[in-house]
Amino acid sequence: MADADADLVAERAALAEAERTIAPGSAARAARDVLAEVEPEPGVAKPDPILVVEGMRRSFGGLTAVDVDHLEVQRGAITALIGPNGAGKSTLFNLLTGFDRPDHGNWSFDGRPLVGLRTHQIARLGLVRSFQLTKALARLTVLDNMKLAGQDQAGERLLPALARPRWRAQEAAIEGRADALLERFQLSAMRSQLAGTLSGGQRKLLDMARALMTEPRLVCLDEPMAGVNPALTQSLLHHVTGLRDDGTTVLFVEHDIDVVMEISDWVVVLGEGRVIAEGPPHTVAKDPQVIEAYLGVADEENVG
Amino acid sequence: MTAPDDEPAEVALSAADVVAGYLPGVDIVNGCSVEVGVGELVGIIGPNGAGKSTLVKAIFGLVPVRRGRVELRGRDITNQAADQLVAAGVGYVPQNNNVFPSLTVAENLEMGLYLRTRALAERTAFVGELFPVLGARRTQRAGSLSGGERQMVAMGRALMMDPTVLLLDEPSAGLSPRFQSEVFSRVRSVNDAGVSILMVEQNARRCLQVCDRAYVLDQGRNAYTGPGRSLLDDPKVVELYLGTLAQA
Repeated sequence: MADADADLVAERAALAEAERTIAPGSAARAARDVLAEVEPEPGVAKPDPILVVEGMRRSFGGLTAVDVDHLEVQRGAITALIGPNGAGKSTLFNLLTGFDRPDHGNWSFDGRPLVGLRTHQIARLGLVRSFQLTKALARLTVLDNMKLAGQDQAGERLLPALARPRWRAQEAAIEGRADALLERFQLSAMRSQLAGTLSGGQRKLLDMARALMTEPRLVCLDEPMAGVNPALTQSLLHHVTGLRDDGTTVLFVEHDIDVVMEISDWVVVLGEGRVIAEGPPHTVAKDPQVIEAYLGVADEENVG
Repeated sequence: MTAPDDEPAEVALSAADVVAGYLPGVDIVNGCSVEVGVGELVGIIGPNGAGKSTLVKAIFGLVPVRRGRVELRGRDITNQAADQLVAAGVGYVPQNNNVFPSLTVAENLEMGLYLRTRALAERTAFVGELFPVLGARRTQRAGSLSGGERQMVAMGRALMMDPTVLLLDEPSAGLSPRFQSEVFSRVRSVNDAGVSILMVEQNARRCLQVCDRAYVLDQGRNAYTGPGRSLLDDPKVVELYLGTLAQA
């Protein structure tokens, strides 16, 4: 039978209790209700799209990684992007956020075409991403990693930088926001450690927290839950739904189908670079094409 | 999947009271002990920052072991260099950056065998059987593969040396559910082929389902130890370390 260290387990139980007292975001079902009217078919138009992709193609040598005819992402909703490994999910994220350039195609964010814009320009418009493999600056502290992402800092310009009183208030506000986010992602205890000393899962949390520093209108999360311990997943899910409830649009890549079912308002399925299905989570989960391509036949979770 | 009630008869790998960390004065692993019996599949799960990956890196000599002892079949291997460990029969698959992106799949596998090139054909066949997709992509550059395929290349490469013990750091990370099931069953079949395995996993439920035994680490120490199934059935473990989301 299992042997346990009582002290450690008691300490963990106290932490779990503290986590539970963080109030979950209000259940804003509006997005789901609006999307319930939309036909679940690939490329369908949404009532209020914040992001529209048109004829986007990207090939690597002979391999077409992304080939999306038309895709719209509904404002204020949580949209999940799923698909087998190699379906082009991360490539699509790279294209949308300017980290890679498409061979053809247009896309627009809030009506503004993004073709030809650089990553930082796209980020300033309010479209920000996190990475599957984290990109923290290892030699800066956790707090500095966060503060670096603050927008329009007066101290970034040479002359104002010399007049500290003029940006002290802004600096304090940015630090306050950083601390609030660190608290939310349970990283407060590590705020003055170098980011390089964090574990893989903690870096994941830092990456997500840092993306939120810019107060984005659309945040793209690349496998936010991968590498995060399952007991923490639930509170992270609350934070993601909380973002949506605060008006942020969320587009995320995720492999954990339970997570997708739990929080997404709409699911887009990619297969070999194309949108092969989209719809509300429970409709998509029943699509035989999706089951075949993505979920596999037997779900081992249900065996014994 | 038999789970012995007492200690395994013959120990392939053991780490006793290991203290290890990256920075001076900061111990990440704080007195952990794990054991892998010959032919056993052993899992390590636990919260973020518990020291799971660090423990495996310490066993593989990538992080200095400050106190404690690591043994391979009774022989002291504490703080030995990685190449000596590979030659001695320890294989290690890191979590990230685990392929040579500019080399082809076949070249990546070959790199895993540079200490014993004569067995190339036999080992390539063995690995190709476990991961058919690698055969189909053998001339493709590893950098052009998806995350899941890279993970398979990395696992395949570690298996090229025919290790006694294989250390896996989150083999299912970044894989779709279908591939995850596949990887876990591959891990199982590698184990069935006689390789003892110590596997760190974030996908705790799946890990406990396939493992003979498992350790739950918390804050650098052993919080729970037991057969995989009995941990899965322990309500306290479920509540604190597994989460209840997937139960519905």
